[in-house]
Order: sequence, then structure tokens, then C-alpha cells
Amino acid sequence: MIYDQILVRYGEISTKGRNRGLFVDKLRENVQYVLRDFPRIKIKANRDRMYIILNGEKLDEVCTRLKNVFGIQSFSPVVRVNKDMELIKESSLKLFQKLHAQGKTFKVQARRADKEFPYHSDEMNNLLGGHLLQNIEGLTVDVHHPDLELKVEVRKDAVYLTCEVIKGAGGLPVGSSGKAMLMLSGGIDSPVAGYMAMRRGLLLEGVHFYSPPFTSERSKQKVIDLGKKLAGVNGQFILHIVPFTEIQQLIYEKVHENYAMTIMRRMMLRITDEIRERQEGLAIVTGESLGQVASQTLDSMFTINEVTNTPIIRPLISMDKTDIIKIAEDIDTLEISNRPYEDCCTIFTPAQPKTKPKRDKANQYETHFDFEPLLQKAVNHIETIKLSSQDENQQNVFADLF
Amino acid sequence: MIYFDNSATTKPKKEVLDTFYKVAENYFGNPSSVHHLGLQAENLLSQARNQIATLLKTDEQEIIFTSGGTEGNNFIIKGVAEKYRNRGHHMITTMIEHPSVLNTCIQLENNGFDVTYLPVDETGRVRVEDVKRALRKDTILVSIMHVNNEIGSVQPIEKIGELLKNHPKTLFHVDHVQGVTKVPLDFHESNVDFASISSHKFHGLKGTGAIYIRKGLKLAPLLAGGGQERGFRSGTENLAGIVAMAKALRLGMLDYEAKIDTMMDVRDFLINELQLIEGVKMNTPKQNTSPHIINFSVQGFKAEVLVHELEQHGLYVSTTSACSSRTNEPSRTILAMGLGEERATTSIRISLSFDNTMEEAKQAVAIIKQSIKNLKPVMRG
Repeated sequence: MIYDQILVRYGEISTKGRNRGLFVDKLRENVQYVLRDFPRIKIKANRDRMYIILNGEKLDEVCTRLKNVFGIQSFSPVVRVNKDMELIKESSLKLFQKLHAQGKTFKVQARRADKEFPYHSDEMNNLLGGHLLQNIEGLTVDVHHPDLELKVEVRKDAVYLTCEVIKGAGGLPVGSSGKAMLMLSGGIDSPVAGYMAMRRGLLLEGVHFYSPPFTSERSKQKVIDLGKKLAGVNGQFILHIVPFTEIQQLIYEKVHENYAMTIMRRMMLRITDEIRERQEGLAIVTGESLGQVASQTLDSMFTINEVTNTPIIRPLISMDKTDIIKIAEDIDTLEISNRPYEDCCTIFTPAQPKTKPKRDKANQYETHFDFEPLLQKAVNHIETIKLSSQDENQQNVFADLF
Repeated sequence: MIYFDNSATTKPKKEVLDTFYKVAENYFGNPSSVHHLGLQAENLLSQARNQIATLLKTDEQEIIFTSGGTEGNNFIIKGVAEKYRNRGHHMITTMIEHPSVLNTCIQLENNGFDVTYLPVDETGRVRVEDVKRALRKDTILVSIMHVNNEIGSVQPIEKIGELLKNHPKTLFHVDHVQGVTKVPLDFHESNVDFASISSHKFHGLKGTGAIYIRKGLKLAPLLAGGGQERGFRSGTENLAGIVAMAKALRLGMLDYEAKIDTMMDVRDFLINELQLIEGVKMNTPKQNTSPHIINFSVQGFKAEVLVHELEQHGLYVSTTSACSSRTNEPSRTILAMGLGEERATTSIRISLSFDNTMEEAKQAVAIIKQSIKNLKPVMRG
């Protein structure tokens, strides 16, 4: 192997002033988590950079995992060399030989973060460039569009050489912005909303409403599979499955068809808020997109939102469906979402749901029955599942068959 | 008994049979049923798909289950022909493919397709330049096997994949039936679009196989029906066989890690010893060859007679490939290598599994020597 470690550059974290320690710790934790099955890896994180020392673990695998971690702007496989010009020359040459540099074009870009190093950037560019030109056949300089760009960073502790910069996922480390509940229906939008919220550093727990026999076990499986995909971002995802049959039946018994959907949403929001409080979260994330369906008109949102003053984060609010689908494709949730099972939103859909429900009317309907005990009952009977992207804690009844 | 005919088929592993039995008994639900038994079966199916995809370094959406190698090859070649016929009517393959590829191509020729059958060099390998030269504007598919089933030559799949990178309209199919678990191949890295494998070649059961279809590509189904396998391949899934295949593939790859060196030692020993016998000519090349196939000819000995004589002594081998041995045809691969009719009709194939030992190899050599001696007066007479 050419490279012995990976240099990780932080994204926006770098600008976060005094909170920086917290951000770096979170990122380190998340990186450690996604790489937990590489036992030989060592992670060193400081204020400006993180170094992942491979100790013989597979570079490609590690890079693939890192690409999904939020809070990383970019990363580079690097060779670490002591601060000795002869050693730097020698390692650069080795690196170029291993990258089959013959006949290619290149440039050297040195950066001297440690100003005490005796050679300044231009001197280093010249020295290293000259050394490579002399020793590799057919190598030529092209400063505008080189095939290979040797980056040399002189830092306090050592010098780092690299030829590659791999783009990271950007955003903020998951968990650095706090915790929120994600309402996960099984459709296309909610996992995308979850992904985008995680990108801004939120740690999410999913809430799913399950109404057997009106919704099948497969629709629950679908949500579990979506949860596993979201777990891919930082290794795990907690999913709360709320038994919702009783409440749903009662609503359709007591409330006029036109308002049933609005009332149902208000109940869901109340339950989610209750779970949020128990789990010590500070917000609720939904996949709502303005005007997409009857429950997502501004009137509907105004009426539904009345039941809580917890911040509701709607990452997709102003996005078009086609753009949402594109993201769903990228994060690999589209195919799961497209499985054709009834979910809690599609079932009981009235022929003509109210697109302009009013708060006073909704409140009036809710006086027709005592729903509080039922909400408590639902919350108390929640099934909570810890999902992992690598299926490890779902090691299941089938294990011996495989 | 010494079983040296593992390219024809392998003995199913005990663990694999256990899985088959348990799944067939306990999870008999139809994965398409809406009730719990159906869901359970569906979960098993998706776990099997996931495991196979991971082992093959692909995505689970890229794996479709079939009934085996022949279906896989037919499905891919005909499926491409049907789906992409608007792009062109030309295909490229080689003269040494398995009959399930060659005869499918002949069927397509009868349907107006134009097929180029590339020759191979004296080591049984297709030349990348030949592929390059044969490419036309209307070439929709290149179909080349990874490991040849008759003599074991390994084709330059990575290089051909590299070449085809510059021909985005030409798709690339690899018959990986003999290669899987013996000669690693990374489909993604080699730019392979389609590949086929068959379970009974790696200690699974007959009647199960899989194909790999690179994400985003389409294929016209061979079997229409209830839309199983995302519409690619209808028919109620052979769940027990599929789960057994997932296990067989996992165990096969573990065997590769643990026993590949032994297999190579056994092969080298056999080649070295057999070469010393008078009248024996090695057909398997020295380089770029699979660790499990050894093909040789015994001058003047009709292959079928020798196979029966060896069988008398408990050694099971075959004449060329099992599929064409029934018709008693000369080996197509050996003919294509230019070694002549005589070598092609007298060829014997030994094919190893990871369970074969050096001890067996030593016995086998003794049996072969003795059999040749026994038959010599008759054959030369």
C-alpha cells in the first residue's frame, strides 16, 4: 500500500469558534462508529485536522465509508514523512512511481503551515519538482491541468504528501446540532427530509404509526428498511413504532370524513411530541412539502401545527417532487419507498379531504371524544427498535441458515 | 472414490443441504403472499440476496435469481438482443464459449443478428486486439467467459472491460460459471455489465443460479408471469435453493481463502506428473489458467474409453466438458487453439474442488499410469 493514513478536512466546523471542540468530538465519535469494524485503525483529531492511521486496514473500504460521514469537507490518503528535505524527496518519488507517473503531467503544490521549516513554499516546489523530473521518464510539468498534483503540507509535527482529494459529504457532524424526532411514513419524502436534517447535524429518531390490520407487516418492514438506510449515515438509527389502530378507528367513527385526516395528523403530532419529550429531543422533522397533498397546504399546516409549539423542521418545504425523488435515488431510499404497500397516510384517505381546514372546527371535533387516554396508551405501547446499517444487532432467527 | 469432475458438478456440502432442508420444511410460504408466512419467506429471500451481493461486491439490486448457468446466459444474451435491438444487430463472442452461449448466439443469428466468433491463441485466450478489431458501431454485446470450462484458460476480462469503457453503447457479459469462488473477478472494477453464476458448481444445488445486472441497465425478461424478481424473472422463487446458494457461496469463498494454495499445489503436481507419462500432451496452458482445471490428451487413446477404464479404478474425470461429452464431439476449445483433431478427440479433463487432497492426486496419477498401460495393447492394436 502506498498510503499509510487519511487526512480529514473539516467542513463548516472550522468556522464554529468556541463550539469547535464539541463539533470535533462528535465527528470523531461518528467516524469511529462507522469504522468500528476496523480494529487496527487509530484516529487522531485536533482543532484543524483529523488523521486516520490505517495500520494496514484497507484504504478503499475506509474511504467508501468516510464519504457518507457528515461534517467532512474532503479527505486525502496521505503519506506522513519526517521533516527532512531528503526524506520528502525520496517519498515523493516513491509515491509517483507507485502511481505510474511515467509520461504524465504534474505539478507540485507545497504549503508551509509551519513557518519555522527552513524551505519556503516556492523553494520546495522547485526542489521536489526538479527531483521528480530528473528521476521519472517522460514526466512533464503542467501547472494548469496536471494529471497528478502532488500536495505537500508542512505542519508542526510532520510533512504530509498526497495526490488525491476526495470530496466528503459536507454538512455538520450528526448529533452536533442536537436531537429531533423524524416522522417516517414509508413514503419518498420523509427519509429524504431525515437525511437533509442529519446533514445539518441533527441526531434523529424515527416515529412510525402502525395500524394493523389496515396496514400490513410489510409496510412496517419497509419503514425498518428505510431506517437502516438512514442508519448508514452514522451507524445507527432508533425507530419508535406506535400502535395506531385504535385511535385511527375512533377518529373515523367520531369525526366527519372531511376532517378525519386533519384530526389524525393532529393526533400523530401530539404523540410524536410526547415521544420527543421522553427522548429529550428539541424538534420534530417532517417530509412535508408545501401544497403537495391536502394535508400539506398552508391552511392544513396552520391547523395541524396548533397542537404543539415545538419547532417543526420541514427540510423539503419548498422543494419540487422531482428534486426530492432525485435525492431519494442518491441516498438509495427510492426503491424501498416505492414498494407498493399501504401506509398510515394512504389508508382511509377520504374522497374529498378538506384542503382548507379551520382550527376552530378541528377543536370542535376533538371535543366529540376523549382521546387523551388513548394517546397515552399508544405512547406506552411503543415498540422501539435499534437499527444498524450493518445488520449486526438484527442477527436474527435465520442466522444459522446462512 | 476420487471425484475429479468438479467442473461438471460438485457434491453439495452437508451444511448447504441442511439449510435447504430447513428452509424447505419451515419456510415454505410464497414470498409473494401477503400474510406473515409470505413476509418471512420474503425476508429470507432478501437476506440471501444481500449476502450474495456482498460476497460478489455488488449491490443487492444487481442480483437476480435464476435456475442456473444456462438460463442465466440465455436470459442475458436474448434479453440484451430484445431490449437493445434498436441500437444494433451485432454481437461478439468467442469460439470457446459454453454451449449455452454459443447455441444462444446461433439462435439469434437465425433471427437476423450478426455474430462474430473470435478465435483464441494457442493458450486458449482471446486477444484483446481481436475484440477491438471486431467492434462495430452496431455492436450491442460482447459475451466472453471468464474461465474456460474445458481447459481452464482465464480470459483477459479486466482488459476487455477497460477497452469497452470507451464504447458505452456496447454491453459486456461475462459467463462466470466456472470462475466464481476459484478466480476472483470484481464486476464493478472490470466494467462488467452482466454476469452469470450457477450454484451447483460451488457445492450448492442444481436448479439455482444468479445473474448480475449492473444498476440502471435493462433486460427483456425470458420468463413472463407474476413479476417476481422486480419483473426480470417471473416464477415462484426457489427459496430453499436460493438460501442454500447464499450459504454455499459464503463457504466457497472461505474455502478459497484457506485452501487456494493447496489447490494450486495439487494442480501443479498433477500437471508435472502427467507430463512425464509417455504419450501425454498437456492442453491446459502454463499461465493465465484457473487453479482447478487440468486438461490433457493421451495420444492414440479414445477419451471415452479411458474415462471408463479410470472409473473402474474409482477415479472420476471427464472427456472435455460434461455437456458436450454426451455427443462425443471433439473439444471445441482445443480445436480453436489449433492443436488439431487428434488432440481434441483424445482430451481428458480433471477438475478439482477445494476438498481434493495431494494424497488423492498421487493415487490418481498411479491409476492413470496403470490404466494407460492396461489399455495400450488394445488401443495400439
